[in-house]
Amino acid sequence: MSDTASTPPSAEIDEQTRRDFLLVSTATVGAVGTALSLWPFINSLNPAADTLALATTEVNLAPIKEGQSITVVWQGKPVFIRHRTAAEIEQAKKDDAAALPDPAKDADRVKKADWLIMVGVCTHLGCIPLGQKEGEPKGEFGGWFCPCHGSHYDTSGRIRKGPAPQNLHVPSYEFTSDTQVVIG
Amino acid sequence: MMKPTIKTAFAAFVTAAAVSAVVLGTAPAQAAGNVATPAVQDWSFKGLFGTFDRASAQRGYKVYKEVCSACHSLNLIKFRNLQDLGFSEAQVKALAAEYEIQDGPNDDGEMFTRKRTPSDPLPAPFANEKAAAAANNGKAPPDLSLITKARAQGGDSVIKVSLKHPGGFTLGADYVYALLTGYGEPPAGVEVPDGGNYNKYFPGGVIAMASPLAADAVEFSDGTKATVAQMAHDVTMFLSWAAEPELEARKRLGVKVMLFLLVLTGMLFALKRKIWSDIH
Amino acid sequence: MSEQHSTSKFMQNGVVKWIEHRMPIFSFIDHSVGSGYPAPKNLSYWWNFGSLAGLALIIMIVSGIVLAMHYTPHTTLAFNSVERIMRDVNGGWLIRYLHMNGGSFFFFAVFIHIFRGLYFGSYKYPRELLWIIGVLILLAMMATAFMGYVLPWGQMSYWGATVITNLFSAVPWVGDSIVTLLWGGFVVDNPTLNRFFSLHYLMPFVILGLVIVHIWALHTFGSNNPTGVDVKGPQDTIPFHPYFTIKDLYGMGVFLLIFCFFVFFAPNYFGEADNYIPANPLATPPHIVPEWYFLPFYAILRAFTNDFVLYWPISWLMTAKLAGVIAMFGSVILLALVPWLDTSKVRSARFRPVYKWFFWIFVLDWLVLGLVGAHPPEGAWVLIGQISTAYYFAHLLVILPILGVIERPLALPESISASVTQPAE
Repeated sequence: MSDTASTPPSAEIDEQTRRDFLLVSTATVGAVGTALSLWPFINSLNPAADTLALATTEVNLAPIKEGQSITVVWQGKPVFIRHRTAAEIEQAKKDDAAALPDPAKDADRVKKADWLIMVGVCTHLGCIPLGQKEGEPKGEFGGWFCPCHGSHYDTSGRIRKGPAPQNLHVPSYEFTSDTQVVIG
Repeated sequence: MMKPTIKTAFAAFVTAAAVSAVVLGTAPAQAAGNVATPAVQDWSFKGLFGTFDRASAQRGYKVYKEVCSACHSLNLIKFRNLQDLGFSEAQVKALAAEYEIQDGPNDDGEMFTRKRTPSDPLPAPFANEKAAAAANNGKAPPDLSLITKARAQGGDSVIKVSLKHPGGFTLGADYVYALLTGYGEPPAGVEVPDGGNYNKYFPGGVIAMASPLAADAVEFSDGTKATVAQMAHDVTMFLSWAAEPELEARKRLGVKVMLFLLVLTGMLFALKRKIWSDIH
Repeated sequence: MSEQHSTSKFMQNGVVKWIEHRMPIFSFIDHSVGSGYPAPKNLSYWWNFGSLAGLALIIMIVSGIVLAMHYTPHTTLAFNSVERIMRDVNGGWLIRYLHMNGGSFFFFAVFIHIFRGLYFGSYKYPRELLWIIGVLILLAMMATAFMGYVLPWGQMSYWGATVITNLFSAVPWVGDSIVTLLWGGFVVDNPTLNRFFSLHYLMPFVILGLVIVHIWALHTFGSNNPTGVDVKGPQDTIPFHPYFTIKDLYGMGVFLLIFCFFVFFAPNYFGEADNYIPANPLATPPHIVPEWYFLPFYAILRAFTNDFVLYWPISWLMTAKLAGVIAMFGSVILLALVPWLDTSKVRSARFRPVYKWFFWIFVLDWLVLGLVGAHPPEGAWVLIGQISTAYYFAHLLVILPILGVIERPLALPESISASVTQPAE
């Protein structure tokens, strides 16, 4: 154990450098290993395989009459399915030109103009908007109204007034037949 | 200064091991009774890099489906799991749709049946355990989801068995294979009661299950000849997968982790030597 | 010392100084596992097992917390929720196998740690309290492991719980009431599973607290060492950091290598096949065996269930069952009294030529007890179990006290430094 005050001879410096190099590289490898070993624990909190397997929902549209809405559960969330009236479709298309906080064309929000399918979760703070059932307030634009903080959605589910920043989300879905749709 | 301690320790452990070996050597005679020891098979999933033989496991699924599933459930396996065996998504969907399942209640409050989807479990032969027992002389046929893990030489301790077969961590599979192929005439002096069958690998020798496999009981689409040994091998392969579907991922990750730890431990050893060099 | 230099440089840092002034945590760490903690310079690799046990405890707590997020403590769901962890939860099989094998490796490290203490006399003055806290940790570990083993709700879980809780029925008069209280019902059932889960989650933190107290007691007088001779001065010690931090880390690398081999390539090696069969309260497995780390104690318990009780000269209340239970708990609790049962003035077995041999016989006896515990109580195993149980208690109660008086120890080295420089022994 040499005193650090005196200048060490060059061989000792060499030795010192080699030791420092070994120290730094071992510490690096150890730190990387520790970080990697934490990943499985964190990743285990992600949705499990059985949860993911239930990620699609199949819906039969046949019983839904024009002007009616149903709510189905997809990935634990409510999905609004509305069989729109001609007037609603008309209104939605007309409003493409209106001042929209989150601009989107109605045609891009539906696959078939009759069927509006959206996640029924307000994009503000996650409440479920009203307007699915007869007699519920539909807001100033005839679509949906979120009672939590007063967001108004139109007949295409677009945000028109209130604090919500985005239109109601459209999930990925596919028509497997004229009356059968698979969400997810 | 450390050496004598280690030497003594070593000597003591050798003595202990020797005594254990002698003691263990006497054990099978009493513990095993009239049960034969399953032969050690050469499974594809053995060893550090072992994997399941997909073709064999797919054939095994067919054997399970057409033979075993008449009495035995496989509750922990969902149709979607079969994709692990190399079935495509469409194939799995088709396999699932062959069966119905009760679902509900619907909006009218009624239960209804629908086709199974990949997220549904394989169908069970009986509604519940009581029904299974009632249909099988009072004893329900066991669920097969974990059978190769739940049988290590007919219930022997894993530690004890593996001391006898070092490295033989597939004893459950060996047992299942041996049991399926172990039916025969009872030796003189063994009484087989009504409804029982003699099987030299089953503890006690008498098993309620009749020999399940007969030659050509199933027809394999890949042209493999369905001998009893072939079907027993394939269905055991399938059931081993069903019990440990994580096995391949586990071994793959294990090899990487071991290599990493070898490097890290080597570096730590070198660093330890370096740091301690100014002490000695 | 060159290390003090780097430490002080660290201590000059503004943020460090700010915190240190208000809460001297950095000097606390330095005096616990840093360069400010002098450790005997001759510690062998047997001294690695304390830190290895600590590593195992951390692995158990981390994996356990995550497992608890996925596990369901209900009799109808517990078994399948464990299988869901194994099959569906991302990397769940890894976390579960880490936890399962971690228990075994925790006990493995602790057992070696204890035998190291017994060989080198680490329990003697002034470390008696340190040793007693260690025995308390062992007891807490046993309780935790037992309750944890019940949670997967397999056959061995259920019947192990039944057998072990029934031990308390041996208590005279109130035994049955105690058992009913433990169960919260008339058999091991859902209330039992729920409370075991709650306690299994609580106990590791009790163990952690005990470990902190254990280390506190250790730091009061510092580590014992292979010679058992007290530290005489700075020439006998080296700073814990970096010398023993790197040695402990190297030990952990080796430990993890062996541990990971089992986790990845033989994860069920230490388990019982029967625990992959869901619990069935109407069918007992032919052969109930506890986990391997309980086998010696299980053998002691069973040593008294036979005719042995006839020779037991205590009042009529002493049934075989009660004797077995007392002996089993006594076998652990007696360890706490070893500092007083061992009458020798010399710590290390290195200088006790006779004790050294008795120590290894004791180790062997303990291993034989483990073998006895693994076998059904039939034939020769009954007698072997009784003899090795008798020897276990004879070692602690008879051999240790007498040996300390009659044994002639070898000459002790003057100091640790002297023993290191002398090539002898």
